[in-house]
Amino acid sequence: MANPPSGAYRDTSHPIYEELQASAEFQDLRKRYRGFAIPWTIAFLVWYMTYVFMSNWAHDFMSIKLVGNINVALVFGLLQFVTTFGIAYFYAKHSQRHLDPLATELRERFERERKEHGA
Amino acid sequence: MSQQVLTSTLFFAVVLLTVGITVWASRQTKTATDYYSGGRSFSGFQNGLAIGGDYMSAASFLGISGAIALYGYDGFLYSIGFLVAWLVALLLVAEMLRNAGRYTMADQLAFRMRQRPVRTAASLSTVVVSIFYLLAQMVGAGALVALLLGVDDQMIKNIVIVGVGVLMIFYVTVGGMKGTTWVQIVKAVLLMAGSLLITILVLAKFNFNLSTLLGAAAERSGKGAAFLEPGLQYGVTLTSQIDFVSLALALVLGTAGLPHILIRFYTVPTARDARKSVLWAIGLIGAFYLMTLVLGFGAAALLDTGEGSKVLESGGNLASPLLAEAVGGGEGSTGGAVLLALISAVAFATILAVVAGLTLASSSSVAHDLYKGVFKKDQVVTEKDEVRIARVAALVIGAISIGLAIPAQSLNIAFLVALAFAVAASANLPAIIYNMFWSRFNTRGAVWSIYGGLISAVGLVIFSPVVSGEAGLITSMDFAWFPLKNPGIVSIPLGFLLGYLGTISAREPHSEEFYTELEVRALTGAGAEGASQH
Repeated sequence: MANPPSGAYRDTSHPIYEELQASAEFQDLRKRYRGFAIPWTIAFLVWYMTYVFMSNWAHDFMSIKLVGNINVALVFGLLQFVTTFGIAYFYAKHSQRHLDPLATELRERFERERKEHGA
Repeated sequence: MSQQVLTSTLFFAVVLLTVGITVWASRQTKTATDYYSGGRSFSGFQNGLAIGGDYMSAASFLGISGAIALYGYDGFLYSIGFLVAWLVALLLVAEMLRNAGRYTMADQLAFRMRQRPVRTAASLSTVVVSIFYLLAQMVGAGALVALLLGVDDQMIKNIVIVGVGVLMIFYVTVGGMKGTTWVQIVKAVLLMAGSLLITILVLAKFNFNLSTLLGAAAERSGKGAAFLEPGLQYGVTLTSQIDFVSLALALVLGTAGLPHILIRFYTVPTARDARKSVLWAIGLIGAFYLMTLVLGFGAAALLDTGEGSKVLESGGNLASPLLAEAVGGGEGSTGGAVLLALISAVAFATILAVVAGLTLASSSSVAHDLYKGVFKKDQVVTEKDEVRIARVAALVIGAISIGLAIPAQSLNIAFLVALAFAVAASANLPAIIYNMFWSRFNTRGAVWSIYGGLISAVGLVIFSPVVSGEAGLITSMDFAWFPLKNPGIVSIPLGFLLGYLGTISAREPHSEEFYTELEVRALTGAGAEGASQH
């Protein structure tokens, strides 16, 4: 890796990072992380904005009473809570199963190599 | 015992407890890591509680339940944005930030970019966001205490603001992150317990039937079924509807850019613990907002909210404390007096914990980013020196906040908080997201997005109806050419756009090269700062 052009930058670096990034495990880890985080972020933002837009412009639909005084607007709002809890839970499970083992393995490899290189 | 004596006694107990915690924590604060991030030794659960304590401000506790009590369903819209926002923090920010940074938001940018410009920009936006948020809490504290003591005396409000300011300076300079965190944990427990108690008492009045509660609220409000539907507050005109979209964007994207929330991710030993803390925080904050729904509709059902009522006159802020009095047995009863004092003390603790977090975030950034990273960039700064500067910065920021809060008392609290969220979403979030996900991102992109988001968000507010014109602060002039109260719908996309344009108009090989290290570190934790050993 080239030296920083001047003292303007943070001055630490380690050649192991390039090697780790190029490894199949890291490529896999990135794919699994982004493959979950990006689509789900888009999904919950669209779902939330749908709720916001309907609160504004679908008044008649939101006012339909379902049970007693409980209307669509309240259920829709509470569903936002349910989906938030649900997505958080699925992300935790996904991380434990598919991300943490790979991340741990890569981190251990980093520690080992750093010791060998004496850095 | 009179109500004032009881309330004052409990307030005093809250102050003593938090001061005690701070003194205890100061004995365990030795290094810079202790001061800035509590030695990174908190567990995920502890930090989850502390995040809750940092996030559930007086604007949430008093403001949302009050807004529901007055506007019905539209008050609930706030809490949904505040909660969903945590998914942005969980999925995109918390873990990677924990691995990439050390003490402040700027650290993860400075990881691969030119130190001086990015640290200056990030520090400035940290201080601006924190001060808006601080003003909201301090103004709220003054109004709350004056209302609770039943005196509408400007002098007493000013004394309370100075008192809160002095306390927050004390927590932060003496207790550092460790003291602040424990104050927030205690507050979160008090707030959850207090809210749960009142929620159960309210529900018991309606045989635990939500529909009956809603029906009673709709009837007593005098607005009928419309009280349970969206639109009373925001649905009036097309402008107010667009304003609501703008607010919703700021709420959902602002949380993950709030500096006092971001630095909480550094207080745990690993990224996994950072994830766990956000999961706990989502559970706590979600449960809390569900309770504010019951508190708000409960207040509408059980209290007088019409013309001349205390709830209406306080802008809704007194709905929860008065509701506690009502379910405790009503005015004049012992149960009512005890619950009113208890909930007021909880609200006071809530304010104290939040202002401490804000002061810590901004003073850390001044010391670590501006002093060490910019002014003394080419010199060696010892840890002791850095922490000393952080303490001085806390003192100065506290003093400035006191000085600004006293004349700012006519500002609406919810507006100030929404503005802080809008600035955080426009100036901070684009830089954080680009930095983590886009290898090409560089110094110019970061600087453009931070300054662009910051200036456009604050600038648009200056030209909004909040500041000038009939309903503004300055009624004698009208320069409100921007029709919305919340700038988010313009300033957030602008922050992202400027980050993009700045980046593609410059090449910075160093930043692209070091993205390798940043990305590996962020995703695996290889080389990340560990917990301090002692």
